[in-house]
Amino acid sequence: MRVGLMVPCYVDMFYPEVGIATVELLEKLKVDFEYPYDQTCCGQPMANSGCYEEAKATEELFIQLFHDYDYIVAPSGSCTHHIRNKFSAAAATPEREAVSKKMLDLVEFLHDVLKVDKFPWASFPHKVALHTSCSAIRGLGMASMSELVHQKSFSKPKSLLERVDGVQFVEFERPDECCGFGGTFSATEEAVAAKIGYDKLAYIDAQHPDCIVSSDMSCLMHLQGCARRMKQEKRFLHVAEILNGASL
Amino acid sequence: MKIVDQAANALSFVEDKVHESHFDRIIWMLRTRRDQAAREVPEWEELRELASQIKEHTLSRLGDYLEEFEASATKRGVHVHWARDAHEHNEILYSILADHQVKNLIKSKSMLTEECDTRPYLQRRSITVTETDLGERIQQLADEPPAHIVGPAWQKTNEDIAELFAKNYGADPNNTDAAYLAGQMRRNTRPLMEHGDAGMTGANFAVAESGAIVTVTNEGNADISANAPKLRICSVGIEKVIPKNEHLAVFIRLLTRSATGERITQYTSHFLAPRKGGEMHVILVDNGRSERLGMDNFWHSLKCIRCAACMNTCPVYRRSGGLSYGSTYMGPIGIIMMPTFDVRRYSELPFSSTLNGSCTNVCPVKINIHDQIYAWREVMEEKNQIKFVKKEAMIVADKILSNPHLYRIAATAGETALSALPRFALYNTLNAWGRHRELPHPVKQTFHEWYKENRPVQDGKEK
Amino acid sequence: MGTREQILGAVRKSQRKFVQLPEIPNFAEDPQNLSEKFESALKRLAGVVVHDPPKDFDQFLRKTFPAAKTICSTAPEVQGNTRVEDIGEWSSAGKIDVTIVRSPLGVAETGSVLLSEDELLVNTIGFLAHDIVILLDPKVIVPDIHAAYRHPHFRDKAYAVLMSGPSGSADIGGKTVHPAQGVMTLTVIYWPHNKQN
Repeated sequence: MRVGLMVPCYVDMFYPEVGIATVELLEKLKVDFEYPYDQTCCGQPMANSGCYEEAKATEELFIQLFHDYDYIVAPSGSCTHHIRNKFSAAAATPEREAVSKKMLDLVEFLHDVLKVDKFPWASFPHKVALHTSCSAIRGLGMASMSELVHQKSFSKPKSLLERVDGVQFVEFERPDECCGFGGTFSATEEAVAAKIGYDKLAYIDAQHPDCIVSSDMSCLMHLQGCARRMKQEKRFLHVAEILNGASL
Repeated sequence: MKIVDQAANALSFVEDKVHESHFDRIIWMLRTRRDQAAREVPEWEELRELASQIKEHTLSRLGDYLEEFEASATKRGVHVHWARDAHEHNEILYSILADHQVKNLIKSKSMLTEECDTRPYLQRRSITVTETDLGERIQQLADEPPAHIVGPAWQKTNEDIAELFAKNYGADPNNTDAAYLAGQMRRNTRPLMEHGDAGMTGANFAVAESGAIVTVTNEGNADISANAPKLRICSVGIEKVIPKNEHLAVFIRLLTRSATGERITQYTSHFLAPRKGGEMHVILVDNGRSERLGMDNFWHSLKCIRCAACMNTCPVYRRSGGLSYGSTYMGPIGIIMMPTFDVRRYSELPFSSTLNGSCTNVCPVKINIHDQIYAWREVMEEKNQIKFVKKEAMIVADKILSNPHLYRIAATAGETALSALPRFALYNTLNAWGRHRELPHPVKQTFHEWYKENRPVQDGKEK
Repeated sequence: MGTREQILGAVRKSQRKFVQLPEIPNFAEDPQNLSEKFESALKRLAGVVVHDPPKDFDQFLRKTFPAAKTICSTAPEVQGNTRVEDIGEWSSAGKIDVTIVRSPLGVAETGSVLLSEDELLVNTIGFLAHDIVILLDPKVIVPDIHAAYRHPHFRDKAYAVLMSGPSGSADIGGKTVHPAQGVMTLTVIYWPHNKQN
């Protein structure tokens, strides 16, 4: 099984520690993976603005670099959702189809493919507020959706974190309401995006967690920006960091 | 007509802490109630699927069903008219009213008449129009359009309404009790309803087999409007037709639960024929619907049954306020419908979304709303050159992100790099990010740089 | 070409590929405890249920509606003091204090009762009157809305309404309040058909 690792552009630039944690975690799990050094981005920033023409070359570069792997894994629900479900700027080829089929979020890879049942090197005796992105929940089906009231409750990121010694979860109101980021939206409608973020932080805060955790750094980037503006010191961690053995 | 700047409108609303928090709270409550109501119905998902299929079937044979409806209704003495657009609708309506020397028209809620701008049209021709729905009446007194399609006045606090009623009805401005205020409305509007020369309603559904018009209200104001005067007119969008009563049952079970969380409204009313001694007219209205039916990516929006569940769950709608969209229909369904009425005026609406997808999950007729919002963005970008989509930045992004070497040069660590940040990385200018949030901190080393230093880089790839 | 032909032409030109009309399954509702389910549903929207025909109906009216003067009944079991034939203009039915009618169908799922011009005779007595009392034989309560729509009234009556509570509105603040434009109260009396009191 050969795995191609994708590290999103914004993780590359702002949160390299998440990429590093992912690399170290995959190594601990003895996964045979490669990081195609020439990778850049999945094309979402352009596609989400309706600029498909400007997304085409970037998407095609991705396909060119990754189409030969058995799985393509990224620690990002939003990139994974784009590549798996919205990869239409690139020319329609068998390679493009293959890439979409093989694209997995890191959580999906660990939970569904490797079926990891313990993380013996990790210990995290803290209260965690787990936020799962809309891309991960509704785009990838990584957790149950509150709107689908008859759906049995489940969460893949939560089941992985439960296997780390000491992790406790807090339940907060409006658990799967959007964080407000929405990519382009957070810049074009900045005040509303921030308000949605402030509200989410308030609901989370009411439960007094030690940190806020997600499998999507884009949401955390936005919430971190909101928290700092409100002069609140909060800890934000990616799921990969905790599974890899990070401490608070 | 000017392009609606929803973001700017939303900014003023979100900064109005009193109204924003009031609105977000009561509209989210409707979403919560909807969830509870859906939980009580084990076959909820099956009903959604049936409703979606019934609508898709009907739309695939819409011509036949419209003819069947017309024949059934006509057989029972209903006059059926056809209107191509808003203007023709208003003309037909006016000519019916003028023929009967109507001076006072009472009216129950109809979003179609909002679409057609009917009230001002009639008022300019000296016909007094009294809205009988409490929310519509409040907005009429305030000279504002509806802020929500089910509860038009939900953006107003009780204090706002007390002030409005004090001004218009001489009510006590300090009494903000909802029951008191509703009583004031009854006191003032009942007499107008009892003396209307004609009554006008919309329709939630039109049943082809029986020729019945169906209205759903809590107040019974459609029943009063349709039965108190002798002349009754009903405006119906052509997409409201459904085949038979057994199909109507599916929608009735879904509609109110999706809208407010109640199982049903107090009055679910079916009108097949004119009342005794009365005259009934139905105006079937196209107004862009037949054209929308032909749009491959957007025709599913015609399934809409106007429950507003999508609005209730939308985090953007609740913080922006319903008036920020500058349109008849707002929130998620508004975003995908309004461009079909005016593709330039509403060209920015598809960007007023985080694409989170909650709307699609609550829609009782399974419209793929968030997919359509996404699809509209490409259409708008091609047609309209959206002002905040910086085409130049996109072109630069394209160049940099499709070239591994250029990318690694642009995406370097350090203080200076952050300030010269490629715009695409933050999806827009730094200024926008910084207004309400702090910027991400600069890093000592990007992931690429760490990887190059700490792990072997593959042969044949650039180092 | 007239508007009608234009619209039908445009619709037919745009029409999508044929989609099969689905069969509505029989959501086999439990036919047990229908009168209890009905009552609990009706109460949600502020309706009232009386479990047995009052022994002295006049006394019941005086107690329940002390201020009521004009009583109009179209139900054979009960005499009012105002004949529906004497109402005149339908728009003047607001002068009725209490309307009494019999309903041919109740719906347990939603607490709804069916009324049409057969039962109301003058439709507006159903909503312009101050209060309404509805006689309902518990045996005609059906489990759900699907069952309700099989009733012939929905195929041939000029006006048929499912009433599920007194007139109310949630337009102020999102929670239903009374009064609104229609009746102030709605009371259902479980009264077996053909039983004189």
